[in-house]
Amino acid sequence: MSACAGCGLELGARYIMEALGENSTLVIPPGCAALFSGYGKETVTKIPGFQGNLENTAAYAAGIKAGYEMQGREDITVLGMAGDGATVDIGLQSLSGALERGDKILYVCYDNEAYMNTGVQGSASTPTYAWTTTTPGGKQGYRKNLAKIVDAHRIPYLATASIGFVEDFRKKLAKAKEATKTGPAFIHLFAPCPTGWRSRPDTSVEIAQLAVTTRCWPLFEIVDGVLSITKEVKKPKPLTDYFKLQGRFKGISDEQVEAVRQEVDAAYDRLMEGRV
Amino acid sequence: MKRVMLDGNGAATEGMRLARIRVVSAYPITPQSPISEKLADYVTDGTLDAKYIRVESEHSAMSCAIGAQLTGVRAGTATASVGLALMHEVLGVAAGCRVPIVMPVVNRSLVSPWSLWCDHQDAMAERDGGWMQFYAESAQEVLDLILIAYKLAEKNDVLLPAMVCLDGFFLSHMPDAVYVPAQEDVDKFLPAYKNDNLKLDPDDPMFINDLTGSNEFMEMRFQQAVAFDYAQDLMPGVMAEFEEAFGRKYSMVEAYECEDAEAVLVSLGSMSGTIKHTVDMMREQGRKVGMLKITSFRPFPAEAIRELIGHVPHIGVIDRSASLGSETGPVCNEVRSALQVLDKAPEVQGFVAGLGGRDVPPTTIEEAFDTLLNDKTVAAVKWLDVQDNALRLREVDA
Ligand SMILES: Cc1ncc(C[n+]2csc(CCOP(=O)(O)OP(=O)(O)O)c2C)c(N)n1
Ligand code: SF4
Repeated sequence: MSACAGCGLELGARYIMEALGENSTLVIPPGCAALFSGYGKETVTKIPGFQGNLENTAAYAAGIKAGYEMQGREDITVLGMAGDGATVDIGLQSLSGALERGDKILYVCYDNEAYMNTGVQGSASTPTYAWTTTTPGGKQGYRKNLAKIVDAHRIPYLATASIGFVEDFRKKLAKAKEATKTGPAFIHLFAPCPTGWRSRPDTSVEIAQLAVTTRCWPLFEIVDGVLSITKEVKKPKPLTDYFKLQGRFKGISDEQVEAVRQEVDAAYDRLMEGRV
Repeated sequence: MKRVMLDGNGAATEGMRLARIRVVSAYPITPQSPISEKLADYVTDGTLDAKYIRVESEHSAMSCAIGAQLTGVRAGTATASVGLALMHEVLGVAAGCRVPIVMPVVNRSLVSPWSLWCDHQDAMAERDGGWMQFYAESAQEVLDLILIAYKLAEKNDVLLPAMVCLDGFFLSHMPDAVYVPAQEDVDKFLPAYKNDNLKLDPDDPMFINDLTGSNEFMEMRFQQAVAFDYAQDLMPGVMAEFEEAFGRKYSMVEAYECEDAEAVLVSLGSMSGTIKHTVDMMREQGRKVGMLKITSFRPFPAEAIRELIGHVPHIGVIDRSASLGSETGPVCNEVRSALQVLDKAPEVQGFVAGLGGRDVPPTTIEEAFDTLLNDKTVAAVKWLDVQDNALRLREVDA
């Protein structure tokens, strides 16, 4: 059982498990994270886990949490760890349900910006102009703003994170875990996928850092409704530094790069004003 | 034990309360909504010590219930029709993970077209998914079958989820005098839930429901099939225990006036009451008819059916659902294959009736009996009360 070389999700999962500790329970839907669920009688997790369906990670987690609560075991952290497809597309309904109800679960969406496990098909989180097998000419239109959707539920803790900024991620995991004492906590984790992004495995961390330093993936958190950027990017790097490391942006034109520049800068400005 | 007026939904709710479910995740759908509402009342006023999760869909309702029950508590939910269909994917998870959830299903037609009313198409579409299925004839049976279902489902040799099916409106909304057992008596009959099999517990970590290769998958499916055999073997004992505790007698199939019958109609659910009534009427006229009610459709009591009606020359089965593209309805198919192994297998005539809530009055039942007695059997299936020219339906007003 192993992920592809250079998998951002695998790195992310290590930090997540470390932060959670043993007194936790894991829900994983189909997707690349199911590599950790295991195969047959083998699993890599040392905590109890359940592989659910693609649409209902949050619902399983909510039920598990309720079962524990009813047995006086409120101290167990229940984590849903789902891909972007399982979160922004097919799983959005159950996620929204759990967030609105205030279920005390931790949900980490690892975002590799496509459906990787089924062969790199586009998701609502695939960025504009990125190639996937179902957006062969580059994706038209914008990616769904997941943080904004989650924020609309007014949960105690919401953050974006990246495997390229480990200390920032660790701090956020600790805060998120703490926040589940009062309600849902959500982390949107940037996780490069060399296989789907057509990038070299040894560049995953570099790509993840560039996504932040170009403002493509801003790092921020929203604690009880108050937004703060946790990694300011005053002078963003050229987008081409980021794009050129990835085969999925191979066909991008200069005008398209400019359009993305305007988009990400506008999004960043909104964050600076405290809005998602 | 007290006797109170309850409709079928009320009886289902009392059954769940008495089983002390600890987590409720329910989503409203006609004609089941009163179950979700009453459970909310019970949790709010403290009658039921449970957490109520106001889920956003039936898919999530079943998912929540599975998650909760895997931690070691009974979890409750209820549904009907498209709600059951939406659960389909997750019903298989409960069954395969051997989570013995007991769920009232208030039978209602499946779209399209839309219908709010009763037939069994919803539950029949789930008949092969690894859930036990029990069909109630009265509100009393709803309550009793829920308790019986829990007792059986949770046995270590069984560990199968169970649907207790009740006919929409005919049972769900019809008040009746129902004996409600005392909590202490139910506690003795149905001790607290304990899951010794698959469970989520940080003190004993295991990973449940991961990808399984073809070297093991079939064996796991086979284990489920074996569990149905055990359920079939253990059910009479559970029903006897129930009778001892509460005084009411149940069996997987109930034969009514079958011994000397020349014609017998087989049915499920509330329609059985009408058939019994028609049997009484026709017997008064000297006509030898009988009824066989199937209470446990899954596991299917083939052996008992052979014993009880194998000798009857004319047998008809009334399905309250259609198996489209098949020769006849699902129950008829099962009864036929149960009987065909007999040396002198009786002919089995299929009937389809009562779809979309259409009433099945004694006159319709009598017509079915007449068909059998006069040997006017048609090749495969006869749709009762359907208009001669069903293809000409309605003029649409502009
Ligand atoms: C109802 C349903 N539809 C489709 C699938 C097939 N499927 C399995 S994994 C997957 C993609 C998951 O993508 P994502 O959540 O982004 O995770 P990743 O594979 O990228 O890790 C799909 C579509 C499924 N398991 N269930
Ligand atoms: S396909 Fe991508 S996300 Fe999936 S294991 Fe490989 S590198 Fe990781």
